[in-house]
Amino acid sequence: MAAGNFEKYKSDGSLAGNALEWVDARFPATSMWKGHLSEYYAPKNFNFWYFFGSLALLVLVIQIVTGIFLVMHYKPDAALNANGVPIAFASVEYIMRDVSGGWLIRYMHSTGASAFFIVVYMHMFRGLLYGSYRKPRELTWLFGVGIFLCLMGEAFFGYLLPWGQMSYWGAQVIVNLFSAIPVIGGDLSLIIRGDFVVGDATLNRFFSFHVIAFPLVLIGLVAAHVLALHETGSNNPDGVEIKANKDENGIPRDGIPFHPYYTVKDIVGVVVFLMVFSAVMFWAPEGGGYFLETPNFYPADPLKTPPHIAPVWYFTPFYSILRAVTYPLFGLDAKFWGVVAMGASVVIFAFLPWLDRSPVKSIRYRGPIYKTLLTIFVICFFVLGYLGTLSPSPMGELVSQVCSVFYFGFFLAMPWWSRMDKFKPVPDRVTFK
Amino acid sequence: MSNQGKMDCGRRRLVVATAAVGGAGAVAALVPFVSSLLPSERAKAAGAPVEVDISKLEPGQMMTVEWRGKPVWIINRTKEMMDTLPKLADAVADPKSEKNQQPAYAQNDTRSIKPEIMVVVGICTHLGCSPSQKFKAGTEEGMPDGWLGGFLCPCHGSTFDFAGRVYKSKPAPTNLEVPPHVYLADTRILIGEDKKGA
Repeated sequence: MAAGNFEKYKSDGSLAGNALEWVDARFPATSMWKGHLSEYYAPKNFNFWYFFGSLALLVLVIQIVTGIFLVMHYKPDAALNANGVPIAFASVEYIMRDVSGGWLIRYMHSTGASAFFIVVYMHMFRGLLYGSYRKPRELTWLFGVGIFLCLMGEAFFGYLLPWGQMSYWGAQVIVNLFSAIPVIGGDLSLIIRGDFVVGDATLNRFFSFHVIAFPLVLIGLVAAHVLALHETGSNNPDGVEIKANKDENGIPRDGIPFHPYYTVKDIVGVVVFLMVFSAVMFWAPEGGGYFLETPNFYPADPLKTPPHIAPVWYFTPFYSILRAVTYPLFGLDAKFWGVVAMGASVVIFAFLPWLDRSPVKSIRYRGPIYKTLLTIFVICFFVLGYLGTLSPSPMGELVSQVCSVFYFGFFLAMPWWSRMDKFKPVPDRVTFK
Repeated sequence: MSNQGKMDCGRRRLVVATAAVGGAGAVAALVPFVSSLLPSERAKAAGAPVEVDISKLEPGQMMTVEWRGKPVWIINRTKEMMDTLPKLADAVADPKSEKNQQPAYAQNDTRSIKPEIMVVVGICTHLGCSPSQKFKAGTEEGMPDGWLGGFLCPCHGSTFDFAGRVYKSKPAPTNLEVPPHVYLADTRILIGEDKKGA
């Protein structure tokens, strides 16, 4: 349904009609409206899991709008003010206490960060359930992985800005990860920090990345993600290609126009989401210490690491995998392999379209092997996530090692196990109640 | 571009040459941007040596001073603490400090100039957290059985003994770094410079 195949708008003679005709002759307004909304045909059997794409877009808008307002009061400066408090930390306190509505805008932004990851994880899980990454949507999936990586960067840079204890030591750890890379690692971490220690230079460049560089890339990737999706058309819970069955007008028989059908349906999702979002924002903005961690209420102290340091919850599964690697290999120490394992655990999602060899897309027509392995994978992901929030312990280390092995095994053995399942016949048309 | 399938080779060479020169120019334009990411001259100039008075440091006590933005620990080790060091020769990864993590004058059994006074950078060699004190032997401070006292990195669980030597099979690859330092007097240490520089 590529834009551009639509007829230009013809005025009905009214003033508004004339204006639209004038615009449409110079800009593909009708084309874009029809191609992406009113004549973009989406499968009519979308279910609960299909809310999260539009919700991710909503959270992106929330983050950008609240971010714009936060930047008006925030100061990226690690120097100490007259009271001996870092200026950056003090400016966040100022937003919370003295700027009218500042606390609300900041809590929207901090809750929005966690909400972003919840929504995106649900959105990715939907992909796993229904094989949305399979041919012909590989590029949509790859852009999506790019968005996920970008989002992780964005969250990481943003977390340094309040310049609290967790900000500081979290950045210290993650930047030092890069120093584990042989040969170039030392210089690379120096280039990222801009100083020999995490300091004012680091804070300022992270601010720049957080408010300019990454959002720009993120928006570009989101546009590419949606354009690629609209080129192939959406997948659905049955994993049936609706374009394979079109009526005499070339419209998929199982498709309905995105607008108004799904725009209206998504509004329901938005309302429910905003209810939950507001509840967290007003009543539990710290998310029980998971959304805003307690040590971050203390200003950064380069001389003292908090007794318990853990990344924000959305990074903990990958952080657990990093910690699980404790053996050196091929003459390179465990630190390097931990970093490699952590990086691989994120990037491996990009290979899913080529790892999955099952003849059907949707879990509805896959057999017990996939259902069992996917369940264990999700459990491992949660266990790794939970362990990542805890202090290191021998037992936790062992469990995280077992879960990490399963995590990678799930992907790496997929070309074999995904073929072996007992499959059910896939219907020609989508099914729904 | 080409008429009747014939290629204008002269024109093509010009296009290639222009693209190559333009590409080289674009790469050259990256240089100032990348170099601006490196530590500035001011950042390089920072990091003057720090003078510390340890006359009030009682045996068993530790003090922390800031040098180049990093914590430097000075520990006045008791005899009990010193006695743990030989016992750990098999438990630590680099008992003889063979890896270059200390000046030559601290490459000895105690990793120090004066046996009891330990001067060490309190930054874990894994990912740069500052380890916490776990000086009490045994399980009293939440350490495993048989713990003789030392440091635990809260980030990834690396453990170090009273000489900053890392235990085996821990994420930290090397012992803690001993900074260059020199005794200006019996109880005054200059951290960041040694005899060579002074």
